[in-house]
Amino acid sequence: MALDKNADDVRPWIEAAGPTHPSLIDTKHLVADLYNMVNVPTILWIDEDGRIVRPNDVAYGNNQWQEMHGFDAEVHKRALRTWVHGTAPAPFTSERARQLQQLPNAEHQEARAEFALGQWLWEQGRMEAAEAHFVRAGELAPQDFTIRRGSMPMRDIDPMGEEFFAMVGAWAEAGNEYYHPLPEA
Amino acid sequence: MSQQYTLIVDQKASPVELIGSSSGVELTIDTFEAALGWTVKPEGFCRGEVCIPAGEAVADGTVDLAAYATLTARPMIVNVAERAISLGTAAADRSDELSSLDAPDFTLPDLDGKLHSLSDYRGKKILLAAYASW
Repeated sequence: MALDKNADDVRPWIEAAGPTHPSLIDTKHLVADLYNMVNVPTILWIDEDGRIVRPNDVAYGNNQWQEMHGFDAEVHKRALRTWVHGTAPAPFTSERARQLQQLPNAEHQEARAEFALGQWLWEQGRMEAAEAHFVRAGELAPQDFTIRRGSMPMRDIDPMGEEFFAMVGAWAEAGNEYYHPLPEA
Repeated sequence: MSQQYTLIVDQKASPVELIGSSSGVELTIDTFEAALGWTVKPEGFCRGEVCIPAGEAVADGTVDLAAYATLTARPMIVNVAERAISLGTAAADRSDELSSLDAPDFTLPDLDGKLHSLSDYRGKKILLAAYASW
């Protein structure tokens, strides 16, 4: 599921991958809001009864950028296969899964409302007006990179460029984590 | 005196007419109900089984949207210059739903515009993976 501002931004990747699974476009960050996602990639597991059995975690699909982020894609894939094939039960008890969830607070929801307004203004071509809301959203939820990085393409900022790296650098220097993998398998 | 604003709520933008006093964000009850999917009853603001006493948020056939937002703890962002309002979801609503461990349902399009709901896949194990080009 792509948190991209329009389908065209993500189309080349989906077409190159040719997935057999549904590949959805979440331009308005609906699912990021519903599931309180704060960065990409975020994965979660849902069982046959629609229950979250593995809450928000970090896992990549391959190890192309492992040197940069440090995650071994095979660890999650192995765990996923054993769960899917039924050779392992759900990874956590309901109580533990609940404990592992990060829940949003009022500021974070305010940030999401600011982001939504910023995005609508951007869609109308009102860039200057949009900017104030994107900036405010980032102030209200500095831990949310679906907002702080996700808004960059709408602010004419390169999400892979200097400003991004400066942002992450400042975040790390203040003692914060960029990724939030679950503390246990 | 009325003004045309855009109300952004639940990932949709729709035109709403603001009425009445210059300082408030007031809508007719009809406009409010159509835009938000909440109804105004003697019990107050109602959605499904839940009603919240409206107090002074409802008066003379109008709804004070800011007062509604305070009562329901929904974040409300107003940009007067751009005539736009963004109404978000209360943190408690999100937290309660996630804490229940019932995966919130949603409907999104694929590249071809075909809509998929999470509930379409009930009965299967799901890996929900979010990524982005950024």
